[in-house]
Amino acid sequence: MSSDISNSSHKPDGGPVQPKSPPTDKTKFWNDPKKRSLLFQVLLLSALGFVFYTIIDNTLTNLEQRGITTGFDFLTSEAGFGIAMSLIDYTEASSYGMTFLVGLLNTILIAVMGIFAATILGFILGVARLSDNWLISKFATFYIEIFRNIPLLLQIFFWYFAVLRTLPHPRQSIEFLGSFINNRGFIFPAPVAEDGFGLVVFGFIAAVLGSWIISRWSAKRQERTGQQFPVFLASIGLIVGVPLILFLLSGMPMGLEHPELKGFNFRGGITVIPELIALWLALSIYTAAFIAETVRAGILAVSHGQTEAASALGISKGKTLRLIVIPQAMRVVIPPLTSQYLNLTKNSSLATAIGYPDLVNVFAGTTLNQTGQAIEVIAMTMAVYLTLSLLTSFFMNWYNARIQLTER
Amino acid sequence: MSHSQATDKLMVELRDLNKWYGEFHVLKNINLEVRQGEKIVICGPSGSGKSTMIRCINHLEEHQKGDIIVSDIPLNEDIKNIEAIRKEVGMVFQHFNLFPHLTVLENCVLAPIWVKKMPRKEAEARAMELLERVKIPDQALKYPGQLSGGQQQRVAIARSLCMNPDVMLFDEPTSALDPEMIKEVLDVMIELANEGMTMLCVTHEMGFAKTVADRVIFMDGGQIVEENEPHEFFNNPQHERTQLFLSQILQH
Amino acid sequence: MKYELQPAMPPPSNLIGVVGWLRKNLFNGPFNSVATIVVGFFLISFMVPVIQWIFIDSDWVGDSRDACNSGGACWVFIISRLDQFLYGFYPEAELWRLQLAFILLIGSIVWLVMPQTPKKGLVAVWLLVIYPVVAFFLLYGNSFGLIQVETHLWGGLSLTLVLAVVGIVASLPLGIVLALGRQSEMPIVRSVCVIFIEIWRGVPLITVLFMASVMLPLFFPEGMSFDKLLRALIGITLFQSAYMAEVIRGGLQAIPKGQYEAADALGLGYWQKMILIIMPQALKLMIPGIVNTFIALFKDTSLVLIIGLFDLLAIGQAANQDPKWIGYSTESYLFVALMFWVFCFSMSRYSQQLERKLHTGHGNRA
Ligand SMILES: Nc1ncnc2c1ncn2[C@@H]1O[C@H](COP(=O)(O)OP(=O)(O)OP(=O)(O)O)[C@@H](O)[C@H]1O
Ligand SMILES: [Mg+2]
Repeated sequence: MSSDISNSSHKPDGGPVQPKSPPTDKTKFWNDPKKRSLLFQVLLLSALGFVFYTIIDNTLTNLEQRGITTGFDFLTSEAGFGIAMSLIDYTEASSYGMTFLVGLLNTILIAVMGIFAATILGFILGVARLSDNWLISKFATFYIEIFRNIPLLLQIFFWYFAVLRTLPHPRQSIEFLGSFINNRGFIFPAPVAEDGFGLVVFGFIAAVLGSWIISRWSAKRQERTGQQFPVFLASIGLIVGVPLILFLLSGMPMGLEHPELKGFNFRGGITVIPELIALWLALSIYTAAFIAETVRAGILAVSHGQTEAASALGISKGKTLRLIVIPQAMRVVIPPLTSQYLNLTKNSSLATAIGYPDLVNVFAGTTLNQTGQAIEVIAMTMAVYLTLSLLTSFFMNWYNARIQLTER
Repeated sequence: MSHSQATDKLMVELRDLNKWYGEFHVLKNINLEVRQGEKIVICGPSGSGKSTMIRCINHLEEHQKGDIIVSDIPLNEDIKNIEAIRKEVGMVFQHFNLFPHLTVLENCVLAPIWVKKMPRKEAEARAMELLERVKIPDQALKYPGQLSGGQQQRVAIARSLCMNPDVMLFDEPTSALDPEMIKEVLDVMIELANEGMTMLCVTHEMGFAKTVADRVIFMDGGQIVEENEPHEFFNNPQHERTQLFLSQILQH
Repeated sequence: MKYELQPAMPPPSNLIGVVGWLRKNLFNGPFNSVATIVVGFFLISFMVPVIQWIFIDSDWVGDSRDACNSGGACWVFIISRLDQFLYGFYPEAELWRLQLAFILLIGSIVWLVMPQTPKKGLVAVWLLVIYPVVAFFLLYGNSFGLIQVETHLWGGLSLTLVLAVVGIVASLPLGIVLALGRQSEMPIVRSVCVIFIEIWRGVPLITVLFMASVMLPLFFPEGMSFDKLLRALIGITLFQSAYMAEVIRGGLQAIPKGQYEAADALGLGYWQKMILIIMPQALKLMIPGIVNTFIALFKDTSLVLIIGLFDLLAIGQAANQDPKWIGYSTESYLFVALMFWVFCFSMSRYSQQLERKLHTGHGNRA
């Protein structure tokens, strides 16, 4: 070869092999990546330390000037304000610690209600969007695209101010089946347990246990003999039937306390305040749109080949769905679904905008305003949500690890 | 048959090289000296540590014990030394690793401009010259995704050569290629070898080893098991593991 | 044996045309037919009155509620307050400044989104670095001969845009730093970044806004007062940067290891490698994710009304309280919803389209 790829005459830095720096034993410490990163981290830590020190110092001075003592002592002093809705006994004489608890429970209540409704609605919509019925799939698409692109707060306001608050006054309530709807909320008769109701509760627990045992037994038997047993139907029968029969046999031991109009408002019965209803509607409708998308993605992720393989094996369409598609789709769906649940719970803090007494409203709102203990209150509130997210991410890691284990 | 172009100058020196992945001892007491102009072919079964060894040379992997010296520069914790070594050592990967967002020409001039601070004009002229050497000057303005595998690998070789390395490392440069493309890449490598480049090639192309190599090294279980000049290595393997390996590879 | 070429035949008539379409998409099987009829009936009985209310029976012209007497929607209410919905309480003589800033913004975004336009990189730099400064001086004034417009006069759609754009632009560099830090090999750097990211991602935005409005003033020495808007922006930026960091991390992780190795082998330093090789590739992958977080942020900006800023939704809420216009809240909610929806929907379409392009094009990545 005449031409020469690595001909040194092409070297831009000139000359043949340049004299290299002789082997040095002493490395300058800023050229040693280990020492350099150590120095950098020490600097970072001290900078952070300095920032935190300044912040804490300023905060303490500022608080002192406003005459606020730091610490969690305020939790035991009397709150002195009422809360519109509480799942536990709460009066104005209760402590600030109690307001925290009341708010927390109300947050949990709305989260559970929202998750329940959003899951059902979301699954229906997700499946509907994949329906081969044009009208149904277009309707689902329409729903999803509308509701997930409008701010949740706006939706809450709409349900609260434009719908529920414009309902008639208690005197002109809409009445049906002994229940009333008006601008103070939804009021329905309260069930009151009488003697013997314990038996029904006991029957229910026994039925749940029974169906669990049946499902274990049938799984074992199917492994051994191949015989199948309609576990699902049997369980439904047990769980509904047993308590119902006991209820009827023991002479229907339950009464109803009917709400009555007294003056301008209702007494008795159970009142669901409009704030709760508005929040519940908005959260469920909004989150359902996101859940529908997760469900759709999950179903689409189960490849067409899987369903074809199943029908080639002669498995019926219903069983294909139950044994092949749903279990595989659930694996894909569960992680994003969990994060939607977490989002819903965090979003429930918008309650404060319409005055539903959730954690942020009663604690980070009223309690903070009354006590001025901004640091403690915000920290406690954030800690609640942080704990929830940490638990969620632990669950997801555990779940993903388990899935990966079984996939190998 | 190759006639050695090797000089006396040591280009790469591995002394008692040891490396662990956690508990796993990947490289065990590797000793190797490569002189300027020497061509070394490294072969061995999968997982024997071939890639790991040559990747230690330009510090893509960190070694835990022993010394690596590349053209008189010791590879230690000093960043300056690592930078200096990487300027001297070019590497070609199995999967080309071209930068997909840059054109062929930009791939080639990137390092000369940013690492060697070469003026763009000069870098481009040099890159075009090398692209001509690897016979794809007409593809200079295309993106890697628009080229065939063989063309991409030749670009990768040109890209390394743009830095004027003293040593070239090849890690199975042809094993991701379709058979008809292997030859075009090997031709470029043979030409490079004939021009006196110091080369360390991990490859199972035995034809290439026979025509080009000064020495063939056989690795197994993280060790150098056998080392010989190619004629002896293929016709008279000493170690039974080498014999087994060769019989398996030459069956096809 | 010789076969004749057969001409293509039209499919059986029950597979084509309107009837075929109806049969295939609406009435295949008894269950689907029933579902179609039920859903169709429900939709018609719901949609007809709604459409009638919005379009047919509605009032569009006039200047007081007396004009709204045809029983439908009262759009007069919205139209008479349109300026407020768009510009808040910005002085009328200075509106051109807002409009100019808006036109510049939309112009550069259109430039970036159009597939054929050249010099996208330059425009991106202008939008992310220079434009915010220009827009600040345009909106706030107090220099270059422009009179000062206090931030409490800002409101409506323009404030919503300010919050969202500042939130995204400011959180991008912070997010990049956090993402790189989270991937760093230095344990302290990594832990600091992880803690920062997880805290902000773990709490609702509203607590962050509360914190910014009540705690931030405590953190600084007495006498150093912060504008309410600035406090909200700080909160939003911190919050958003955590989400941004996760999007960026996803993009970085999608870059094959070989790209890092090739850059190392060529002798590029850490920052050269990141800026020249990794980021340009990762950024392309991140754009859909960034757009998605932007949509979320855009919707979330409505939360600032809780700390007393007058964004688009708050303006609507205030309008509903106007005693002269009591009873038309549905109209204002619908209008505000439409504004938000148009922005969010078009952005989500854009990001979906990008995602599809990423999945099909540029298939070859080594
Ligand atoms: N990052 C890593 N962590 C742990 N073990 C590794 C890692 N990389 C490689 N190994 C292990 O080290 C051993 C040597 O790997 P290496 O890639 O060097 O083999 P090789 O000889 O190049 O094989 P091949 O022909 O398949 O490329 C293998 O057993 C491999 O499993
Ligand atoms: Mg290898």
